[in-house]
Amino acid sequence: MMDCKQATRLLSEQQERNLSRREKLALKFHVFMCKACRNFGRQMGTLRDLARSYAKGEDRIRGHEQSKDSNTQDE
Amino acid sequence: MTESVRVGQNGIETGRTPQAQTLQDVQFLTELRQQMLKFARLQLRDDDQAEDAVQEALAGALKNEDSFKRQAALRTWVFSILKYKIADILRYRQRVIATSELGDDEYREQAFMDGLFNSGGHWHKAERPSSWTGPQGGVHSDHFWRVFDACLNGLPEKQARVFMMREFIELESEEICEQLTLSTSNLHVTLYRARLRLRECLENGWFDPSTAEDATP
Repeated sequence: MMDCKQATRLLSEQQERNLSRREKLALKFHVFMCKACRNFGRQMGTLRDLARSYAKGEDRIRGHEQSKDSNTQDE
Repeated sequence: MTESVRVGQNGIETGRTPQAQTLQDVQFLTELRQQMLKFARLQLRDDDQAEDAVQEALAGALKNEDSFKRQAALRTWVFSILKYKIADILRYRQRVIATSELGDDEYREQAFMDGLFNSGGHWHKAERPSSWTGPQGGVHSDHFWRVFDACLNGLPEKQARVFMMREFIELESEEICEQLTLSTSNLHVTLYRARLRLRECLENGWFDPSTAEDATP
């Protein structure tokens, strides 16, 4: 049976590649039994979302900058 | 001799490329610049130098702008220029990020993994990921982003770089492997380690129920 180390590795890796059928099945089973890895799996999604809004979200500092003309360009 | 095919002359494919917005597109440019700054700051840990590197990389890209028909290609290009600028600066500082950090780092990583998992490959009790449902709502507060920043800064440099290329710049795996000369499995491990660290850091620094409960006003 798959252990947590292997399961978490696949939970990360599935964001880069499609898992094989066998991997998916084993992972599914593990995650079903293991709450910690279930949480970990969800966190992977959250982490990705967070990273993306972090990278895009300088607006939280700049506030809304909805000017019609293009003179907002800073030096 | 009737073979006077009149090609060229008016240039078959001169004129503007259909989507020549690229660096003229203010919104695109602004976003790109921000991503680059984050990328540079994280690696240089010096705001002024980061600004300079980004500026130079953008200027360099502007010169060759015509060769990029798609924004995606331009972005990749700009980032590879930036990468070289950063590497130059680091080299100058005598603080080169070795491309093959493997070696010492393997011990560090092994120790890190042993801290998380027991010999049977299962989570140590204290390290089990919890559910992040709690203070999620406050996630987009300034305070949260400061924690996030600190966690990113705490990543080993190579992991930070790969993680950012993947999640900030949203490059595909193959592209990252190519740019950094990494094997696919190397990339996967690196991302895995980065994510393990980040999630742990976020959980301890933000989501940990014991601290979060106390902290809620």
